[in-house]
Amino acid sequence: MKLGFSPEEEAFRAEAAAWLQAELSGPFADLRGITSLTAAPDRRRAWERRLGEARWGCIGWPEAYGGRDATLAEQVIFAEEYARAGAPPRLNHIGVELAGPTILAFGSDEQKARLLPPIARGEQLWCQGYSEPNAGSDLANVRTRAWRDGGDWVIEGQKVWTSLAQFSDWIFVVARTEPGSKGPKGLSFLLVPIDQPGVTVRPIRQITGDAEFNETFFDGARTAAANILGEPGQGWQVAMALLGFERGVSTLAQQMGFRNELDAVIRAAKANGAARDPLIRQRIAKAEIGLRLMRYGALRMLSGGTGGAEGNGAAALTYKIQWASWRRSLGELAIDVLGIAGEIGDGAEYGFGELSTLFLYSRADTIYGGTNQIQRNIIAERALGLPREPRGDIG
Amino acid sequence: MRFSFSDEQAMIAETVRSFFAEQATSERTRAAMETAHGHDAELWRSAAQELGLVGLALPEEHGGSGLGQIESAIVAEAAGYQVAALPLLSTALAVRALVAGGTADQRARWLPKLASGELIGSYGEGGRIDGGRLHGRIDHVPHGAVADLFVIAAEGGVALLSRDAAVVTPCTSMDQTRPYARIDADGAAVELLADGRTAIDAATRVGWIALAADALGGAQACLDRTVDYAKERVQFGRAIGSFQAIKHRLADMMVEIEQTRSAVYWAACAADEGAPDALLAAHAAKALAADTYRFCAGNMIQLHGGIGFTWEHDAHLFFKRAQSDATLLGTPEWHRERIAALVGLDEAA
Ligand SMILES: Cc1cc2nc3c(=O)[nH]c(=O)nc-3n(C[C@H](O)[C@H](O)[C@H](O)COP(=O)(O)OP(=O)(O)OC[C@H]3O[C@@H](n4cnc5c(N)ncnc54)[C@H](O)[C@@H]3O)c2cc1C
Repeated sequence: MKLGFSPEEEAFRAEAAAWLQAELSGPFADLRGITSLTAAPDRRRAWERRLGEARWGCIGWPEAYGGRDATLAEQVIFAEEYARAGAPPRLNHIGVELAGPTILAFGSDEQKARLLPPIARGEQLWCQGYSEPNAGSDLANVRTRAWRDGGDWVIEGQKVWTSLAQFSDWIFVVARTEPGSKGPKGLSFLLVPIDQPGVTVRPIRQITGDAEFNETFFDGARTAAANILGEPGQGWQVAMALLGFERGVSTLAQQMGFRNELDAVIRAAKANGAARDPLIRQRIAKAEIGLRLMRYGALRMLSGGTGGAEGNGAAALTYKIQWASWRRSLGELAIDVLGIAGEIGDGAEYGFGELSTLFLYSRADTIYGGTNQIQRNIIAERALGLPREPRGDIG
Repeated sequence: MRFSFSDEQAMIAETVRSFFAEQATSERTRAAMETAHGHDAELWRSAAQELGLVGLALPEEHGGSGLGQIESAIVAEAAGYQVAALPLLSTALAVRALVAGGTADQRARWLPKLASGELIGSYGEGGRIDGGRLHGRIDHVPHGAVADLFVIAAEGGVALLSRDAAVVTPCTSMDQTRPYARIDADGAAVELLADGRTAIDAATRVGWIALAADALGGAQACLDRTVDYAKERVQFGRAIGSFQAIKHRLADMMVEIEQTRSAVYWAACAADEGAPDALLAAHAAKALAADTYRFCAGNMIQLHGGIGFTWEHDAHLFFKRAQSDATLLGTPEWHRERIAALVGLDEAA
């Protein structure tokens, strides 16, 4: 067990920090400190390309696909420096952290060579077509259908809560390809270009006032037969593997950004005197502890061991609920530190400062990627071996 | 950077886990509890002499194995998992105080005997030292009734007190696996340590991590035993572990435990590496582990129903040790208040 970094790793840190510093105080200075997921999309698209050009976009990937074969320590370091530099949220988070690793795991050589480099270069942005009006937690209930027509798949149906679809080039769609099938059987994992007449994207306004997610309609949408990941009927396994990435350390970079959020809360508390309130001090200390432990929890997962008893990787199942709950509490702490001032925006548009927005936005963290309740079911069943939840319909 | 056990650490973990599972059984712990000393002397001998667990983190020149806080935490976690009735913590406090702040002569005289388990150590705060003599009363001395040598942090200095120089009275203690004693020192002769401040700082830091590791093991045991019970116990025609209210509580216990595991080994590793955040890590581990253990032990009683409230069931052993782990060497609130200061809440805006 060793937490310190080697001189080579520290050299890597210096290199990453210097590059980020140069970009974000030079050509991309306007993006520094942006935390909104929808702000400045064109500039952030340019930023994705810049990252890709300099091969900082997907450093953990193999070099052949535009990565750097970076070690886990280097990935941690880059995520830390990215946050420290105040770099903006990745517009292609879903491509880089979810689609990419899933294509690496399930794609044919042809698919990897065709689909991965444009993600690494920041040229093709992705979004996630899982949820539907009647398939949320119960994802296996999807009704969107797809069938073969000549050299294409044709897709018919509706997805909902599709984050960032308005900026994306591709969407991965979990669709039913065996007519009459139910539940996890008969599903396929299709990769569909968004810019075509059969796909319509309509933004949905959220409690923040902003519209990050959308309804996505498929009305005779088409994609080439080659754009299926895994075999027809194997969609559930692929979809679950992707969720494994989503609930695991994919959010490392995002969590490193949480440091900036907690620092902002601490600054606000010192500025308005809340830092003298013993109860606020307790909550800030709790937040600090939780933040540090996200880092060490991630390091444990990345190190492959569990730093403790089990050694079966079950600990990783606790990660999503841990960071989601932590951030929601941070949002509550933030607004309590601000007091009424936090409930008042400064423009005519509905919208608030960073910490008030955090209070609102963090309600979503415990919902997307599997709600806290679903995470508890998963932990109870997969890690602790307790009986599975009964279904009300297909048994 | 590699945040997982080395092969050697994994082997130590394996060894101590099976050692405590075989030796620190509920029967033997309960026998030790009956004596009011909370001390299983035979277990202590084998832990110290056969496995060398007491001297694990002691420099080799003093009869130890020269290992670090990570290995010590592994041992404390395994002992905690069995709520073993052993003066491991109290001895570690005395040992660490001597290593950090004792004179060369004091270290040479006492450490080998403490390492071998021949002598038991403990630590207390209170009293007043004046002209080489200790006056007053020192409360809350863990495993004090079986200790031979005390490090006392008193007004006027930090000193070594030997058992026969003062009156030691066992206290009826809620946690009988680590009972307290009271020392009345009516002018007992003591030997001052060379550097008292350093001794206390080092001892308490080690103590925080040891208590956190004990709590981690205990909390994990609460979870494991309650999961087993939830799979067996049937009500309304189904295992109670199939009720979501119960599944979710057990899941929450695991979430807290896994964070606590990160905290304990972060704190231990940071201490061994002398990392800049080592102090913050130790406070974090102690605060979180105490809360986690109390949460898990409380749930253990609740999820067992009536049987969990009996003396016969082991749930209360964990519940009481959890309370003691939380209050000994600073409550979670105190540790968090230290963290609040460390993150700069008192500095100018
Ligand atoms: C900001 C945001 C972004 C999102 N982005 C995307 C995206 O990009 N792509 C995408 O596909 N989806 C996305 N989602 C959707 C998200 O994955 C779903 O909202 C989530 O899985 C829950 O599904 P649901 O909304 O249908 O709620 P439901 O499943 O209807 O849940 C309602 C309530 O019931 C509880 N519940 C349901 N089942 C159980 C059970 N078995 N046991 C106990 N409690 C249960 C839930 O925990 C919840 O509290 C996003 C959601 C949000 C909020």
